[in-house]
Amino acid sequence: MSDFRAAVVTFPGSNCDRDMAVALQKVSGTAPIRVWHGDADLPESLDFIALPGGFSYGDYLRCGAIASRSPIMRAVIAAAERGVPVLGVCNGFQVLTESGLLPGALLRNSAIRFVCREVPLEVVNTDSLFTSGFTAGARIRLPVAHHDGNYFADEETLDRLEGEGRVALRYAEPVNGSARDIAGVLNRAGNVLGMMPHPERAIEPAQGNDDGRMLFESAVRGLVGA
Amino acid sequence: MKVRVHVSLKPGVLDPQGRAIHHSLEGLGFSGVNDVRAGRLIELDVDDGTSDAALDEMCRKLLANMVIENYRIEKVAA
Repeated sequence: MSDFRAAVVTFPGSNCDRDMAVALQKVSGTAPIRVWHGDADLPESLDFIALPGGFSYGDYLRCGAIASRSPIMRAVIAAAERGVPVLGVCNGFQVLTESGLLPGALLRNSAIRFVCREVPLEVVNTDSLFTSGFTAGARIRLPVAHHDGNYFADEETLDRLEGEGRVALRYAEPVNGSARDIAGVLNRAGNVLGMMPHPERAIEPAQGNDDGRMLFESAVRGLVGA
Repeated sequence: MKVRVHVSLKPGVLDPQGRAIHHSLEGLGFSGVNDVRAGRLIELDVDDGTSDAALDEMCRKLLANMVIENYRIEKVAA
């Protein structure tokens, strides 16, 4: 197995970047490269890019809005368009929708409360790079911690997402008011996944739950072989 | 030149914040409030020669998220 070259982007206000880096290192065996939001370029020949959770720029203007216009995001968008896999978790998901790499938007939770707990999820799509290791319809549990995770897109877009198998994960109980209980969506090419739940916070029993590990294992296996 | 950009949620987009404000107004005893929608006001001080097209682009590229929001540009007399 060759080295898994991953990058974790840190924005001012990211707070899950270290967890993301640790998860990628534990699963792949190789420490990811840490990249700063102000960098104009990404490292060469990356296998994987992760946009972590947090509160980039204090959620000013809209969650993820300022981060999505930062210099490094121009490079991330270009890489995603070349087919480099990109995973955005929580604030990373918000950055992906704000940047236009994923459709829709993440609104304030319908009950207005910050939701911080473990939630049940259904893995809807098991064909993607990120979810190939799960069995179809698998029920998993992952932590969520967000104020703005209420996925919104117009009906036509939602129909298209479902029709094209681009809903990767669905909440198995009401969490934040998301349209059609969507917790994670893929881009059309399948190389960009945005999700509100935190797989990097559930990769080993010491965290109380390792249901998220398979997501990283799927990606590592798919990209550099088992 | 002073410019005000009014950003509001598109009709049909759920506004939990507006709903909470509505609820609070009712709690204070104000009746007859039928709906509340919360938006955002952004004031810009721009060069006098700034074109309408440039202002429009600022709104579309950053100030508003066109998936969920509408915007209105108001030029304020000095």
